[in-house]
Order: sequence, then C-alpha cells, then structure tokens
Amino acid sequence: MSAVIGISFGNTSSSIAFANGEGKVEVIANPDGDRSIPSTLAYVGEDEYHGQQANAQLIRNSKNTIINFRDFIGKTFDEVNTEVTKTGAPAIKTADGSIGFNITRQDGKVEVITVAEATKRHLKQLQNAAEDFLGKKVEGAVITVPTDFTEAQREELIKLSNETGLKVHQLINEPSSALLSHLTQKDESYSQNKIYLVADFGGIRSDAAIIAVRGGILTVLSTLHDKELGGDRLDEALMEFFAKDFEKKYKVNPRTDARSLAKLRSESIVVKKTLSNVQSSTCSIESVAEGIDYHTTINRLRYELTIRGTISKMTGFVEKLVERAELIPSEINEILLVGGSSNTPKLSSELRSLFPESTAIISPVFDTKAILPNELICRGAALQAALIESFDDDEIKESLQPIVVNTQHLVHSIGIKDADGKFVPIVVSETAYPIKRSLEVTNGESSSVLVELYEGKKSIKETVIEPTKVEYSDDEEDSSEEDEEPEIIKEVVEECGELLGSLSLKDLKPASKLEIIINITQDGKLHISSRELKVGSVATKVELEFK
Amino acid sequence: MSIVLPSLPTGAEGPVVKAKVTTPVRRPIEPVGRYFLSHATRTLRGHTWSEYEKLEAENNVTAVEENVDDDIGDEDQDEELLEHDPRDWKTADLYAVLGLSKLRWRATEDQIRRAHRKSVLKHHPDKKSASGGLDQDGFFKIIQKAFEVMLDPVKRRQFDSVDENADVKPPSPKSQYDFIDAWAPVFEAEGRFSKTQPVPSLGTMDSTKEEVEGFYGFWGKFDSWKTFEFKDDDVPDDTANRDHKRYIERKNVSNRKKLKQEDNKRVIALIERAYSEDPRIKMFKDEAKKEKERKKWEKEAGSRKAAEEAAAKKAAEEEAAKKAAEEAASAKLTGKKAKEAAKNAKKKQKRSIRGCGKDADYFGDAGKASDVDADLDLIVDKLDDVQLADVAAKVTGVDAAGVKSAISAAADELAGAGKLDKSFLKYFS
Repeated sequence: MSAVIGISFGNTSSSIAFANGEGKVEVIANPDGDRSIPSTLAYVGEDEYHGQQANAQLIRNSKNTIINFRDFIGKTFDEVNTEVTKTGAPAIKTADGSIGFNITRQDGKVEVITVAEATKRHLKQLQNAAEDFLGKKVEGAVITVPTDFTEAQREELIKLSNETGLKVHQLINEPSSALLSHLTQKDESYSQNKIYLVADFGGIRSDAAIIAVRGGILTVLSTLHDKELGGDRLDEALMEFFAKDFEKKYKVNPRTDARSLAKLRSESIVVKKTLSNVQSSTCSIESVAEGIDYHTTINRLRYELTIRGTISKMTGFVEKLVERAELIPSEINEILLVGGSSNTPKLSSELRSLFPESTAIISPVFDTKAILPNELICRGAALQAALIESFDDDEIKESLQPIVVNTQHLVHSIGIKDADGKFVPIVVSETAYPIKRSLEVTNGESSSVLVELYEGKKSIKETVIEPTKVEYSDDEEDSSEEDEEPEIIKEVVEECGELLGSLSLKDLKPASKLEIIINITQDGKLHISSRELKVGSVATKVELEFK
Repeated sequence: MSIVLPSLPTGAEGPVVKAKVTTPVRRPIEPVGRYFLSHATRTLRGHTWSEYEKLEAENNVTAVEENVDDDIGDEDQDEELLEHDPRDWKTADLYAVLGLSKLRWRATEDQIRRAHRKSVLKHHPDKKSASGGLDQDGFFKIIQKAFEVMLDPVKRRQFDSVDENADVKPPSPKSQYDFIDAWAPVFEAEGRFSKTQPVPSLGTMDSTKEEVEGFYGFWGKFDSWKTFEFKDDDVPDDTANRDHKRYIERKNVSNRKKLKQEDNKRVIALIERAYSEDPRIKMFKDEAKKEKERKKWEKEAGSRKAAEEAAAKKAAEEEAAKKAAEEAASAKLTGKKAKEAAKNAKKKQKRSIRGCGKDADYFGDAGKASDVDADLDLIVDKLDDVQLADVAAKVTGVDAAGVKSAISAAADELAGAGKLDKSFLKYFS
C-alpha cells in the first residue's frame, strides 16, 4: 500500500500534505516538526542538513548552504539571476552551462552539486519525511509549479522527481492548487460562479493570478510575476532597521561582515513572524559585531512603518494585475492570500482598503479559521493527488490533452430580460464549454410570456457618495473640508446587450413555474429551451449560432 | 423572490433567432479538482449533459436510498398499546412499540436504533411526569424491552418467529382472487424464515415452467429457522422448587416441538394448496397434455404416411407390371407381323432378282437362259438380307446392261467374301 502526496516546492520553503480518502488533508511535519520546510540543503564535512537545520548553517557555513534553487531547475546559467543565492552558496556555471554549487566536503574536497542533484536530494528528504509521518511507502506525488514555469522546466522537474523514486502523477499550477484547497473547504462555493484573485507572496518572488471559477471549472484569466518582490524584502527592511539601531547605539557598522548580516537576517525572520501574531516582539542577538550583543524590542506599529515601502509594492502588484486583466476591483469576488508573507497583517489591511466591501479577502488576519497561507498550495496538491491516485498514467495523460484542457469560453454572459427590463444572466461570461444551466422563473399574472435572450453587456456604473457631513469645530473646519472628497464607487452592471432571439410560452396558469435551459455542447451548438415545470409539458426550443 | 418574465406582446410569437452569439475564446482550463475530472470525462467520452447526469444519478442512487427513511419511527402508537401492561410485554407488538410496524423484520439495526431514539424522546417518563401523572413509565418499559429484543439477533429471531402481525394470511379458498396478487405477499412473508436466502419469488403469470418448478421445488425443500422460545412459559428462577422448574422446562421444550411440527404442517399445507390452485401449473399441465397429443399425432402421422406411401408404391408397381405385360404382348404381335412382312419382302426381292434375267431377255442371249436362271438362283441363295434388298433395288427398273452389271457386282462381292465359288457360275463368271 503506497500513498500519493502533494508537494508544494517553493524557492524558500516546501511543504508536503496527504489527503485521505475522505478528503481530510493533513500537512505533514518533517522530523524537526516543521510544516513549512525550508528548501535548503547544507553540507558540513560528510553530513548533509536539510530544512530548518540547514537554514541554521547560513550563519556559520553559508558557502556550503544551497538556497533558492527551485527557479534554476531546467535553466542554464546565463538565463537566470543568480543574485538570489548571494546569502548562501553562490551559484556557478558548470561545464555544460547549467547551474551548480561548489560545496566543500570532508578534508577540503570540493564537490560540485548541480541544481538537478540538489533538487533530487531535496525531494528525497521530503519523501522520507512523508514516509516517516504516514508509516507507508510514498511512491507518487502531485507537485506544484508556478504558472510561468516553462515546458522544459516542467519536464526536467518530472524527470528529476521520477529519478528520485517519486513518480509525478501531475504537475499543477500553484494558484489553482491553492484555490482548489480553498474551494474544497466549502462545497457550495465550489460550484458558484466567482472570480478569484490568488496572490502568492513567497520569499523571493511574488506571483498572482486571476482565476474564474465557473461551475467548479477553473480558468486562469491573467497572471503576473515579480521576481524581486517577496518576504525577503520584509526581512531586509527589518535588518536595516536593526542595523541602524545597532550602529546608533554602539557606533559599530554591522553591515560590513557577512556573518553579522546573516545573524541579523535570521533574527529578523523570527521577529517578522512573531510580529505577524502579536503586537510586540523582542530581538536579541549575541555578538552581532565585534563581540557586542544586541537586544531591543519592536512593536508592530514600528515594524509596519519599516516595511511600508515593500507592502505598498505588494498592493501595487495586486492592483497592476487587476488592471492587466481589464477588470475593476469590484469584479473580483474574492482575494486569496497565499505564501508565508501573506501572514503579515498590514498586507491584508492595505488590500482591504483598496478593494470594495463586496470583495472578500481570505487571510488568517480576517478569519482565524482560514487555512494558513503557506499550507494552501500543498493542500490543494494533496487533494488533487487523492483525486487522481486511482487513475493510471494513460488516463491522466488523456485528460490533459489539449482537446480537453483548451476549451471554448463564452465571452459575454447570456441571459434573459425580466419584466422590469433587467438583465438576468443564466450563463455568465468565461464559462467553459460544454455548459448546461437552467433558471427557474415564473410568468406572474400573464398567461403567455416572452422569453427574450440577450447577450450581456458590461458597463461600469459609478456611484458618487457624498461625504457625510460631520460637524467640525470652527478652527478645524477649513483644513478638514479640503480633505473630504466625494467617494466614487465603481460597480460593474450587466445590461441587456444584443438581442439573440426569443421564445414564447403560452396558455399558462398564473404564477406557474417555468424553466429556461441553456445548453452549449462541446462542438459549440447553443440550444435554448423553455418549458413549464410540470409533467408532460412540451418545451419550445431555439438554436443559436456563433459568429 | 422569483424572476418574473415579461408578458407576450401581440405578434411576437414562436422561436425567433435575431443575432449570433459572440465568438468564444479558447483558453486553457486548470486541470485540477473533481469538476475538471467530470469535464474531462464528458469531453473524452462525448457525453451530452443528460447522459452524464444519468450516469451521475446512477452513481448516486445508493446515497439517496439511505436518506429516504428519515421519518422512521414517527408513527403513533394506539391507545391500547400505550396502556399495555409492561409485565405482559411479550404479548405486545414490539415493532409497533418502536414505531416500526411497517418495516418489521425488514428494519435494519440502524433503523431500529433511530426509531428507538425517537420513541424514547417521546415517551420518556421525565417528559410524561412533566405533563402530569407520575406513574406513567409503563410504555417506556416496554420500549426498552422491545429495543433489547430487537438488538439481540437471537432474541429478534425468536420474536420474528411468532410475530403474527407480519404474517400474511393466504386468501380464503371460497373468495375470488388473483392468484399472483394474493399469494406473492404470503410467500414473501413466509420466505423470511428461510435458512437459505434469497428466496425465489412467486413470479408472474408469464414465468417459465422452469421458474415455476424452481419455486415449488424450493418450497418443497423449505428449511425454516422459525423457533418458538418466545412462547415459553417463564421458568421460575427461584431455586426453591427445582422439580417444578424442570417440569416447566420440559414442558416448554415439548411445546416448542409441537408448535414447530404444527408450523411445518401448516407450511406444507400452504404449499400444496398454492400448487393446486396455481393457474400456471394447470396451464403447464394442459400444455403438456396438448403437447403429448400433438406428439402422438405426429408419431402416428409418420406411420400413416409410410402406409400411404407403401400403398401408392404397390399400386404404382402393379400399374407398371400391367403396362409392361401389355407392351410385351403388343411387341410380340408387331414382331410377328414385321417378320412376315420381311419374309414377304425377301420373297419379293428374291423373286425380282430371279426374274431379272428373264425380264432383261437374258441380256440378249436367250440361248443361255437356263444358265442365267441357274446362276441367279445360286446368287440369291447366297445373298444375305441386306445384300438381297440392295441387289433387288439395283435390278428393278434398269436396262439389261445395268441388271447384268449389278448381278455381276453382287457375284463378285459374294466371291470376294468367300461365300460363292465363281466356278459354279456359268454365266456371271
């Protein structure tokens, strides 16, 4: 009996999860007890360290500690920015142009560990951790990758994982995986029609995607990546704050020594995580520079001031994506925050102020029961693993064929006009074929009704809300009146666009139930039928064509 | 708030197509989640929505069935049962006590538990005393007893054995009834006691002979687990009178035996009656009879045909013999005539040959007339039938020289065949 697990393989950290048959997902902790396992490998003499233990080596043994190598998979040295490895073992160009690391092992022998080798070792460690936890063999996995992973990178990762003895059943995109685990939580939201923004703030990069969920089918509408922005920027801001403070107190510059910086960095990470949960944190580092110990406390307010720049970049990043997708903020139904940096309360509150009330923001800051942002992705992968575990390779391959995956999507909603002249969508835009949707309506008092089918036309409705008059005391009046601007709320309303066709239903009793069904087949035939909801009623039908 | 459709303006009738839908865009969908799997199967197998829904519905059937009996144990008990003396609980209808009088022996353990929970909630003494009356836990005691019996498989079987409310009485012999409708529930109820399950059903009027025979065959070998412990007299558990206790036990055992025997007899009688009344059996018997007759008729038809054929053959043979005889007679007759005719012709031919010398004036040589005649006699005697006819034809109606040459040729031919020595001829040598 072997198990198939879900792996979220990140640059900074990885996590593994397992879903049992009943859909219960468990995020697996490694032997150190970490559920978010740093993707780090460190070498001291003959020993290999992995995860948090390897991260600890960054201070004393940074030259032999491999970090941030995930994005290097399947790439050549010239294609990548090796800047990200500067705090660990520097990336070097190997003989065949790929990327490797010079690691000094026992007796000063230098071993070149390629990215491929590091990946295999890392995956092996994860596999071992999962096997220890589950008590059974782990022979397969569903691994997540960012949406901009190239085909070559995907193939390379599959190859490496298979070589490790971990059969890759499927590679899935990180944002869809995260969304899957969120949707699976509440069954009713799974089949609803919503547009999600999945924002993943990792350690060294940020990715975001806008995904339309239509009857449980996920379609990525737009993506955005930023390889500069990430949690590490928060650490650096905090480091700089401590360094400045240290310099002021002791007149010693700690930035000149790599070891001092590593110490500051490691403590900053701890402080950052603490401040995400509590209002103030202490920071104490032994022998920062020149043997001077450092101790201070920092509260959340000060921290949020320090990281203000990075946070505004992050929110700007999200806004940019919404713009790129040609949407307006109110069209986003939910924002799902993913990645360790999403734990930062300031990020959530900033986003909250940017988006209208109707947009829900899923983050542990607002909902303590929400799944932890750094577990969302691996949970989704585990769910997918449980789902496809029973299929054999051919079936999975068959299901991933372009003919299945590349599907026609409706551009505009299709709906009817009700008695008040309002547009009532039956099938919303961005729904994938084949579609069958029905809508229950009534005829009211009239004995025969007209069913007019319209294509929806989106328009932005601007509502201006005048600021509520507050009585000010005389001396403040002048200054504050200028600040108050009328608030403009932008909303998207769908109106009846082009009339596609019409049907009529006659000889009805007052207030009888009617059903309108829209059916679009795989080959793009659109049928619309309407009938009275009673036994033996005859449906009237119309077939529409696409331009 | 439901959506109200606008009313139909006059003149806007029937399905009308006005415009085309905007061309769709092709986008990849994310291959994750169970809805994608459904999408993939739909796409790959080319199911339409209704087909797919059908398949899904089939998969969901079991799940639905489990939810059907939500109203389990909701039925109300009648006054009489509520007033039942808890000391006499054995005589109460324990299924009705739990509100399972419809399901009875079909109730599953889960259903019993749920029904019990409901009746406990309804009849708990705490609830009763709250609504006045203190000593009202009689029915509750019966509920607990019933639950105890129902959850113990052995005790439940003992109760089921004597649960007359679950038995279905066979139809009264005098009344008019449809055989299948009347008897199927009887056998279904009786079949619950069978040690071998499943029990074959009575079937329909269209059942085949094998099915019907299988059914009666099963009931002929019917083996029931029915036991009658439930009707036992209570064995006194005081140790004071051991003899009395043993007496009661013995009595119980013999009583059980007696009841079991009676029950077996009853079942046998039931089956016999059903068998005798079964219209299908009658039908099969009639059919068998008809079949037999038909076979007999067929068999006889065979011999009949043989006899007919033999007679026909005989007649034909007789006919043929007769015909042959007649033919033979007529042939004989004509043969005779022919012979005579041939003889006459021969005579005529011989005569003409013999006379040809004289007719030709002895070829102008009258002095040798006797020699010519003698030679002609000799030649005619030596000629066979064919030559005779040939020569006769040659000598008639020709001149003297032709006759002479013909005779000479005939003489030469005969001499050539060695039949005639030319030296004997005086004129035609």
